[in-house]
Amino acid sequence: MNVEAYARLLPDITAANKPFWDGCAAGELRLQTCTECDTHRFPDGPTCPNCLSRSHTWQTVSGTGTLWSWFTMHQKYFPAFADEIPYLVAYIKLSEGPFMISSLVDPPAELELDQPVRAVFGPDATGRPIVRFTVEPVEPVEPASGAVTR
Amino acid sequence: MIAKDVAIVGVGSSNFHELYAEKDASRDPYGLAADALREALDDCGLGKNDIDGLLCTNLKYGRMGDVIGLRNPKFVHDLEGTGRMSGVSLQEACAIVQAGLADVVAVVYATVGRSVGMKYGGEDGGPTTAYDTMYGMTSTGAYVSLMYQRYRKMYGVPEDALAPLAINNRYNGARNPRAVFQREIDHAEYIGSRFIAEPLRKLDYCIINDGAVAFIVTSIDRARSMRKKPVRIAGTAGMAELNNHYTSPDFYFAACRGVADRLYKETGLGPDQIDCMQVYDNFLPTILFTLEGFDHAPKGSAWEWVADGTIGPDGSRPLNTSGGHTSESYMQGFALHVEAVRQLRGEAGDRQVRGCRTVQYMCASPIVTSHIFTID
Repeated sequence: MNVEAYARLLPDITAANKPFWDGCAAGELRLQTCTECDTHRFPDGPTCPNCLSRSHTWQTVSGTGTLWSWFTMHQKYFPAFADEIPYLVAYIKLSEGPFMISSLVDPPAELELDQPVRAVFGPDATGRPIVRFTVEPVEPVEPASGAVTR
Repeated sequence: MIAKDVAIVGVGSSNFHELYAEKDASRDPYGLAADALREALDDCGLGKNDIDGLLCTNLKYGRMGDVIGLRNPKFVHDLEGTGRMSGVSLQEACAIVQAGLADVVAVVYATVGRSVGMKYGGEDGGPTTAYDTMYGMTSTGAYVSLMYQRYRKMYGVPEDALAPLAINNRYNGARNPRAVFQREIDHAEYIGSRFIAEPLRKLDYCIINDGAVAFIVTSIDRARSMRKKPVRIAGTAGMAELNNHYTSPDFYFAACRGVADRLYKETGLGPDQIDCMQVYDNFLPTILFTLEGFDHAPKGSAWEWVADGTIGPDGSRPLNTSGGHTSESYMQGFALHVEAVRQLRGEAGDRQVRGCRTVQYMCASPIVTSHIFTID
């Protein structure tokens, strides 16, 4: 990891998003939550996308979700990640609704759609606590709706 | 909207092959745009001073107006340099002409993406992009890769499912003298192509290049006095799907279907009446999502539908006859509009679709658009 280049990719910590980063440091996933309609949002935004209320609190949420999809990057693109190739990027659907780009800690060789995941917290290459996800064992389930039997 | 009384009368585009061959050139996008505009004006027989509406994409309107000496257009503005804007700009041109805000609208686009080493997506995204880039999330191709991975798993799609699309585009590119890549590929070459954002391979990606495109839009009454047969916009429709990422939980299906329903109803035309398809193909999976959303192929099996020859030059619905973005050049949808016009006029040379009377442009993206073009 090119730490200097990676540091430039990180979001600035601002007054508006500091509770999220404080949550990461405390080992909790905290999201903005609308005080009028309870809609969660990520990343932080100026208004509730559901009811347009400007009023929100920060709530600690479940930290659970599902693996919507993933890909493996083989191309050098960001200098920060040049030494990490190939690396996996995951797209997580949080149980509370919002989607997050993240990475998986020690992913198994075979991944499944909609596999349960759980947020885990730890320092990145710069020492900043960040959220990643770990996949939970898959329980045998019926095929997901929308799947086609062939 | 039904735009039967509006037509494209002139088209122009760069020689993408020549521009690609000379990599280290320093090029002015406004100069490239002016070249394409001059070709479009020659194509229809109009002069520069006949233009009274100017829609610029990836170009600043003030600089464009100054460069081409167009001082007093009645309607002018610019649009961001994203692929979704090609369909939007034609929609605007139609609306402007129909509303009488201007009579002759020039739509111009240019990019020097290759010679300046432009990267799409990534660090130059919106204010929330850093939450993604910190995990190594890169560009639009990576988002399409996420969607395609899910699509593959949902529908049991094999690893080589995009090969027919890659092979088709290259076959068509080999018959387009302006295309960047004019060499056919086979299945083995496709499957040997290296991964970029796996499951996407290099041959699934569009070709970043320099180049420009222009077209001239006016009323059908005025169009009848031009050099060539006017290409009518039988209808056009759009619907956005806007969120924080370049992805859609249903691969843009509902948005595409919403556009398709209106377009087919208003024009009285449907997939079976389309002679040629121009599909926005930033990355090849987008074609599958588009064909399903616009009801050309059954949901979940477009990858099978494209494998049986239907989309080939002699099939019932030839696709991306110029080579598309993966062979002709990535001109963000604009050159696909020009190809639609050339096909309808019978000007497509070795890649001409026989008896081509209707062409559909489709773009599945955060702004879904589609038009159906016809010729008298």
